[in-house]
Amino acid sequence: MSLKMTILHPEHKHLNARLVEFGGWDMPLHYGSQLEEHATVREDAGVFDVSHMTCVDLRGEHVKNFLRYLLANDVEKLTVPGKALYSCMLNEQGYVIDDLICYYLGSTFYRLVVNASTREKDLAWITKHAQAFDVTVTLREDVAMMAVQGPTARDKVHSILTETQQEAVSALKPFFAVQTDDLFIARTGYTGEDGYEILVPEQKAISLWKQLLAVGVKPIGLGARDTLRLEAGLNLYGSDMDESTTPLESNLRWTVAFEPTQRNFIGRAALEKQEQHGVARQLVGLVLEERGVIRNHAKVIMENGEVGEVTSGTFSPTMGKAIAMARIPVTQSTECLVELRGKPMKAYIVNLPFVRKGKVLITSNGVA
Amino acid sequence: MTHEKIPSELKYTESHEWIREDDSGSYTVGISEHAQHLLGDLVFVELPRVGDSFEKGDEIGVVESVKAASDVYAPISGEVTEVNTALPGEPDLINKDPYGAGWMFKISPSIEHEIEELLDHEEYAKIAEE
Repeated sequence: MSLKMTILHPEHKHLNARLVEFGGWDMPLHYGSQLEEHATVREDAGVFDVSHMTCVDLRGEHVKNFLRYLLANDVEKLTVPGKALYSCMLNEQGYVIDDLICYYLGSTFYRLVVNASTREKDLAWITKHAQAFDVTVTLREDVAMMAVQGPTARDKVHSILTETQQEAVSALKPFFAVQTDDLFIARTGYTGEDGYEILVPEQKAISLWKQLLAVGVKPIGLGARDTLRLEAGLNLYGSDMDESTTPLESNLRWTVAFEPTQRNFIGRAALEKQEQHGVARQLVGLVLEERGVIRNHAKVIMENGEVGEVTSGTFSPTMGKAIAMARIPVTQSTECLVELRGKPMKAYIVNLPFVRKGKVLITSNGVA
Repeated sequence: MTHEKIPSELKYTESHEWIREDDSGSYTVGISEHAQHLLGDLVFVELPRVGDSFEKGDEIGVVESVKAASDVYAPISGEVTEVNTALPGEPDLINKDPYGAGWMFKISPSIEHEIEELLDHEEYAKIAEE
């Protein structure tokens, strides 16, 4: 089976990107230096091709009720057009099918952006449940998606917009989106920095990409995307949660709207039961003081001998240390051991995130 | 700084180390351009200690990138006489200049002519292309 390519693929080749397979797509890992790209997003502005992600438009008279049933977070909170929220989509057992962002665009129109690797699964699930609510589900394969992130990102994007477009976006608050001409611009992101995620018709994608590069926005690959999001404490579906974990054990309880109690959503009963019994595991941050990189699936050994597992491990360029997310038994401990190349090494257990808006939140002894 | 991918005056191992004979009769060792390219940006480097002895093929160091950790092997048997102390603080010297400023350690051979068993640049080029 050959790999899928986004509309920007020729640009990545032209820029000599190191291409790798991701979720069935041929994507840029980096364009020369992953560490430099990471620093660029923390200090300046970078652009990611995220056209492999999945955009689904939902329309219908009952679309709001549908989403209040489908999603663990409550779209009732989206009271102003353009407002968005982050939510998990659960199955009946309370396990996570995917995480996504939901945009409220009108009384009969919402947009979901879901992950690349879960596209088929998500579409089947959404379509199946949409039927009872008479909601039409449209996969938007005609749009490309780019994320421009960093402290100078918004200014640089503004510099390539028309006056009307600038007016539309300059008042955008975080987690709000607006459609201006053929650009859908959302003040959202996956890096812990400010910026925009932009949906653009496919045939205009390359031109937009080139315009961004021309004003000094640097191309950023998936390698840096992963170190940036991990520093920012943002979960990656498939690593930090999957269909064997609930949001309660994935540091995502805050995304589940248990109130109002009358709202029934898929997975609600299972989560309530889990809370009643006591949630046994939690997703935490780990920081390694010593030299080395924490790897996915590494064993975590607690002070009482119980074990946990690293769900996402990497090196934090901003901190100069190895960091990880790990699923461990619920604990009061602030230290544990992590196996690195078979050797147990001391790590600090910390709250996520590690870094926000470029600032390190963790002090030298691992405590926030 | 050499910009050649596989300098012709060096010898190579199948595990992507390079070795160069110095004037003094000792040898300098590092990892190849191909190796650093595969690993990506390096974040940690473990070097041997000066005075330690190794046999050809022993694990003598580690290079670690965000992506993977890789053992470095002794290309010849001998005693480590010097290590590149700039590397632990600046592991990306290996990425930027793998045959120059990114050198890892110097070794004084304990077995004569062992270096002749290694690959020349043409033989290594075949491996690096696979």
